[in-house]
Amino acid sequence: MSTRARIAAENRRLLVRLAVAAVVMFGFGFLLVPFYEKICEVTGINNLLKPDTAANTQIDLTRTVTIQFDANIHDLPWQFRPLQTQISVHPGELATVAYEVSNTRSEPVTGQAVPSYGPQLAGQYFRKLECFCFAKQTLAAGEKRTMPVAFVVDPGLPADVTVITLSYTFFEIAGRRVAGDGAGGRS
Amino acid sequence: MAAVMPDHLHGEHHGPTGLMRWITTTNHKDIGTMYLVFSFIMFLSGGVMALTIRAELFQPGLQVVQPEFFNQLTTMHGLVMVFGAIMPAFVGFANWQIPLMIGACDMAFARMNNWSFWLLPPAATLLIGSFFVPGGATAAGWTLYAPLSVQMGMGMDLAIFAIHIMGVSSIMGAINIVVTILNMRAPGMTMMKMPLFCWTWLITAYLLIAVMPVLAGAVTMVLTDRHFGTSFFSAAGGGDPVMYQHIFWFFGHPEVYIMILPAFGIISQIIPTFARKPLFGYASMVYATSSIAILSFSVWAHHMFTTGMPAAGQLFFMYATMLIAVPTGVKVFNWVATMWRGSMTFETPMLFAVGFIFVFTMGGFTGLICAIAPIDIQVQDTYYVVAHFHYVLVAGSLFAIFAGAYYWLPKWTGHMPDERIGKLHFWCSIVFFNITFFPMHFLGLAGMPRRIPDYALQFADFNMLASIGAFGFGLSQLIFLAAVVKCVRGGEKAAARAWEGAEGLEWTVPSPAPHHTFEEAPVVK
Repeated sequence: MSTRARIAAENRRLLVRLAVAAVVMFGFGFLLVPFYEKICEVTGINNLLKPDTAANTQIDLTRTVTIQFDANIHDLPWQFRPLQTQISVHPGELATVAYEVSNTRSEPVTGQAVPSYGPQLAGQYFRKLECFCFAKQTLAAGEKRTMPVAFVVDPGLPADVTVITLSYTFFEIAGRRVAGDGAGGRS
Repeated sequence: MAAVMPDHLHGEHHGPTGLMRWITTTNHKDIGTMYLVFSFIMFLSGGVMALTIRAELFQPGLQVVQPEFFNQLTTMHGLVMVFGAIMPAFVGFANWQIPLMIGACDMAFARMNNWSFWLLPPAATLLIGSFFVPGGATAAGWTLYAPLSVQMGMGMDLAIFAIHIMGVSSIMGAINIVVTILNMRAPGMTMMKMPLFCWTWLITAYLLIAVMPVLAGAVTMVLTDRHFGTSFFSAAGGGDPVMYQHIFWFFGHPEVYIMILPAFGIISQIIPTFARKPLFGYASMVYATSSIAILSFSVWAHHMFTTGMPAAGQLFFMYATMLIAVPTGVKVFNWVATMWRGSMTFETPMLFAVGFIFVFTMGGFTGLICAIAPIDIQVQDTYYVVAHFHYVLVAGSLFAIFAGAYYWLPKWTGHMPDERIGKLHFWCSIVFFNITFFPMHFLGLAGMPRRIPDYALQFADFNMLASIGAFGFGLSQLIFLAAVVKCVRGGEKAAARAWEGAEGLEWTVPSPAPHHTFEEAPVVK
């Protein structure tokens, strides 16, 4: 009897430890989220939200690249358009363009723009020094705003790329209709 | 199940009878039986889904099902087979065999054991029932990748709850197994004297405790993204769908070993019995199993080589993956060395075990090929991958389950399985298995993508061949049902040591094993 009682007590102790381990691992799953973001930040994999730096300012006058601009909205009551459809630049040359966005809803809305490039390869040669996509944008009811993008195309751009399309899509920050920061949405 | 009852009732069973007996039972043998019956039912349901998929793929074009339903079928086939068939089957083996093998009177927490089983039928009902809700079952693939899984209909919510429940069941089962093995061994049964099946299950149970909660976390995040305004994975709120893949595969790769390590254990019991030699390299088997388990935590991103990982990351995950081939190779070597110059006979369990070694090893090699990042980028999401994981999951886990079932049926039922039916089952299975899945390698190398209901004309011949094989394989499993039913109902009486070369405590109790065994712990010398 005493042996059985001892084993039962030991069993319960081990049960508690293993159950705690399982709960800790459940938390660990969520811990992977900030961990993942930190890794992306440190290695610079997912740095859409950071300004680039243009190291080489040498302008390559022998080449001209056409940059086309595109604007989309995803499930958002905004109007969003580029003020110019395309421009021509030399690689290494600083260019500034503008986009216009307006909120058609009768209350403040927060959105975030995500850039993408065509061809995809061009993305790594496209250095944005200033961009509205680096931060969340909160527009008051009916507000209209003009937002600049300053960029340099890296002279290292492969020679066969002559046209680059820069496309932005505005998303509404989740936790919709919560004022300010968008509670629950992670920045 | 009903056919099993009279045998048990002859034993010293007291308490409720009929259905209530099965609902309230805390006996490890009853619960083991229920797990095995449950997993076989799920195996047949998943099989029907697979055959519907193969019927659609018999010819190019859309004939049998619509693409939306086809996607639901591929998703549910995967979920049902992984969480409903393979995993519960191994837990069933663990319930039946571990107490018998280590000389314990029951599992450590008998009441919790009952609960872990009875969570499964509601989970399965949720999962299968999700076909009938508006929008149908989830069609995001068994991996439930975001953003698709964030956008699916309510079938996805049912799948998430089902996974939660099955996860809780698995974790409770795993805790029970760890405690039983660590605390309930008979006097003299040291860790390094334990049968290898117990060792592999001990390590598997640790893996389950470590990763099932991570999966639960991942699907919880999907759930809150869907309904509670968070944005873990939804890009619209600044989340990252690729992160889902990282979290999922942190669970997913150890999960692969959860489904194969107990199979290694079963094979390691069967080969020595029918080679009539002790297992070659017992200690190295234990260490190899542990290294596979530890390494399994550092290879998950080899499932994601095409997500735009830096080259350094690809190289790390590629080499870490290839490293796993070393302990796995040790195991295959030890099985072959156990057979070497043994007095081998080829009863059905041995046939399945040897078949396992042949075909599983082929799946291991295609796994190595997929591990090479530049090749994987070519074959990602093609039928080559489908061929690879069916070689390790069907010819690996499933064949080991069949081998174990034939091996221990005499202990469970008191009758020897019919060798003629068993051999027929084996040969039909292995031939049709290869007819089904071998051509998929060629399809994948030629570029046929997986999870698509239609395909280009040049893939037609191999697909027709694979579909014919699949129907043959599916029907062959009815032979297994016949073999089990026949064995339960009668047949040649099994001795306590049912197989001539069998070693271990489970063969010292009568066949069928009485309802209560090892009330007094045996002493192991």
